[in-house]
Amino acid sequence: MNSTCGPVLAADGTPLKKSLARALRMQKLRALMLVAPLMLFIVITFLAPIADMLFRSVENAIVADTLPETIQKLSEWDPTRDQAPEEAVFETLYIDVFFAAEEKKHTRLGTRLNYELTGISSLFRKSGRRIGRFPTDIYAEQFISQDSRLSDPMFWVRMMNDPRIVRSLPLTARTWTRWTHYLRGEGDDPSMEDVENVFYAALFFDLRNSADGISEVLNNIDISNFESIDLGAEFEAIDEDWVNPSVWRTIYTYSPKYTSGYFLNAVDLQKGLDGPEVRPENQRIYLLLFQRTLVMSFVITVSCILLGYPVAWLLANLSTRTANLLLILVLLPFWTSLLVRTSAWKVMLQQQGVINDTLVWLGLIDDANRLIMINNQFGTIVAMTHILLPFMILPLYSVMQTIPPSYVHAAKSLGATNWTAFWRVYFPQTVPGIGAGSILVFILSIGYYITPEIVGGTTGTFISNRIAYHISSSLNWGLAAALGTILLAAVLILYWAYDKIIGMDNMKLGG
Amino acid sequence: MLVDNSQSDAFVEFERVQKSYDGEKLVVKDLNLSMPKGEFLTMLGPSGSGKTTCLMMLAGFETATHGDIRLDGTSINNIPPYKRGIGMVFQNYALFPHMTVAENLSFPLEVRKVGKSAREQKIKHALEMVEMHEFGARRPAQLSGGQQQRIALARALVFEPKLVLMDEPLGALDKQLREKMQFEITRLAHNLGITVVYVTHDQTEALTMSDRVAVFDDGYIQQIAPPDILYEEPGNSFVAQFIGENNTLEGVIKEIRDDYATVQLDNSELIDCKPVNVSRVGERTRVSIRPERVEYNKSRLHDNAQTIKADVLEVIYMGDIFRTRLRVAGNDEFIIKTRNAPDQDRLQSGLQIEIGWLADDCRALDA
Repeated sequence: MNSTCGPVLAADGTPLKKSLARALRMQKLRALMLVAPLMLFIVITFLAPIADMLFRSVENAIVADTLPETIQKLSEWDPTRDQAPEEAVFETLYIDVFFAAEEKKHTRLGTRLNYELTGISSLFRKSGRRIGRFPTDIYAEQFISQDSRLSDPMFWVRMMNDPRIVRSLPLTARTWTRWTHYLRGEGDDPSMEDVENVFYAALFFDLRNSADGISEVLNNIDISNFESIDLGAEFEAIDEDWVNPSVWRTIYTYSPKYTSGYFLNAVDLQKGLDGPEVRPENQRIYLLLFQRTLVMSFVITVSCILLGYPVAWLLANLSTRTANLLLILVLLPFWTSLLVRTSAWKVMLQQQGVINDTLVWLGLIDDANRLIMINNQFGTIVAMTHILLPFMILPLYSVMQTIPPSYVHAAKSLGATNWTAFWRVYFPQTVPGIGAGSILVFILSIGYYITPEIVGGTTGTFISNRIAYHISSSLNWGLAAALGTILLAAVLILYWAYDKIIGMDNMKLGG
Repeated sequence: MLVDNSQSDAFVEFERVQKSYDGEKLVVKDLNLSMPKGEFLTMLGPSGSGKTTCLMMLAGFETATHGDIRLDGTSINNIPPYKRGIGMVFQNYALFPHMTVAENLSFPLEVRKVGKSAREQKIKHALEMVEMHEFGARRPAQLSGGQQQRIALARALVFEPKLVLMDEPLGALDKQLREKMQFEITRLAHNLGITVVYVTHDQTEALTMSDRVAVFDDGYIQQIAPPDILYEEPGNSFVAQFIGENNTLEGVIKEIRDDYATVQLDNSELIDCKPVNVSRVGERTRVSIRPERVEYNKSRLHDNAQTIKADVLEVIYMGDIFRTRLRVAGNDEFIIKTRNAPDQDRLQSGLQIEIGWLADDCRALDA
């Protein structure tokens, strides 16, 4: 009978909470099943791609995957000294580029690094083409002349299955493993393929670097009198950029699997040796674009408030029938294509367009001095204000509808003039509507793409146009993803700020 | 129209006021009203009778289509609401939701440019007046309906208006709270000596609170009189029906003498009554008798009472009283009320009894 001690019990003796949870479980399950199709759809088609895209903004595995040996060796290099790396690095580069060319990954790597340093793309393309012509066959000849079994791929396969060999010839073993992986991927058998020069070179490097210079299995081989080649010079012969320290510095800087480089790039910085540094003036663009996007979105939002507020007020104070009719006019633009509306503005605003023609005909402007109203910021602001206006009017209208006229009546009866009654009593109650409309319009406009693309020219484009450029033209998806992530973060910060200042539960989007 | 006591010191005056919203139908037809300073006047009537429209015209939110409205001798037809200096309490209180209680009260003082210290003084006083001095910092949404009502009242009074209008201010409250507030509003109005125009459709409210009640119907004032007169001497059958419970017997005027008229009821019985707005013999009439003036207990019947036979149809137990439905002269809805007292004989349905009343309590009205 002591109800204060222990949990409250249901009639059958189970704790009431448990019994309640059981009763609600079925209900919850049913609710979950109702939303499940949509949730799955959104997760698969929307959230997963977005997550993947965001991941690309830091992902940088291609360098480490394509040049694993080089990266490892390069870690001993001192990038601060203005000098190309030593021969050992070029030896590993030879192996890596050989595989990259086989797997046809060298052009992709070149493209990736080209975002950071112009010219690397062609460097890798050229090297991939000419790597097969390196005179490394002399290693093959010298090894085979000492032990003819080395020309037999079956012998290599057996040799590389011997753990002692693998231990004593690490580079060769790693290179062979890469080879077998590659061949298996192609559906080939390593024991059937010719042994490439690269393995003889790797074998040579291993034997040369090992302490005694002699392997347990290949003890019949003596490389002390081997003729060797200068791979550094060979690479230099392809392109002298290979001995340019800045190329190596770029590879060195972008060798980790994850990089902040895209994000730094997105805010006009670059990865230097001692952390982020400002890009040269002629390469700065994104901060300007972000700033322009924010300022113009703000101007568009304010224009929407100024134009939409009176309309919403009128709608809220007319009889339901007239208001519905006018509401259809407000919603009418939604039934026309966005492209059509934007193109219509192009027709209206261009120099030979309707407005300019009218102004010239009225004699307000000279025919020679027609106003430039399109392909600049003005055009973007005008067209986007028009397109986004319904998103301001609707939340405002729905808020104003809920404000009974008795508030203004009360204010007036208390002695307030029309203006005071509006400003001190009516307007504060519409703030949630202004907030909801503003946040809608602002967020829609900072991500807007089509309209600025068509009417924006060069000065009226937004950051989204740049993102689209990187997605579809320059194919620098990492940078596009970084820009997109920053945009997303800006929107989330705005939401957060709105929630702090006005409160999300104050926002009224409808009803 | 029974409005003829047009005093020269009239504070609020409606003269031949008409109002139409659509240009086809008059909502207020020829309204004439005059009230002295300090009066508590209630406009009572069914919905659509024009009472709220009258109030809105007085407040300035509606303009009269025709006629003159005067406040303290000056025509206010063209004065905007904010210059009229009329306090108003709205049906839904209309407390500004984004302001605290104190800010709500401060609003009319601020727009009147009252200084800060004077403002605080007045707010404090007004809140004390409605016993809400601890609630200054609250928001209206944090108050109960009754508390909001008090704040609305305080706000309408804080700037000391000469006239206060109340538009069904107690409509949203429950019965108990409503009765309490009725009493408080009347007390405040009398203590402060303010003039009040009060609109309601609740006749009990009108009777208990007002100095005078104006009964509205169909755009006209049907009768304007103090509550007791209104109840006991209704001027026409609408007022008799609308105010309180009423028994109606239909018939034809047979004879009119000085003070009394003889009416032949539809079952040919003859009764005497006071003629009110009937003038000629042969005219159809409705005879009105209040249920509590009808007696069935022979020992209590007055010597001069006239009696009539009645069939008991239904006895409803209501605690303090019995409400008994009778058939009298063909009317099945004849109600009498009897106290639940030990010395009363209890009636039972099916009984045939004789009931009686004084000719003075029975009024011949228009049909």
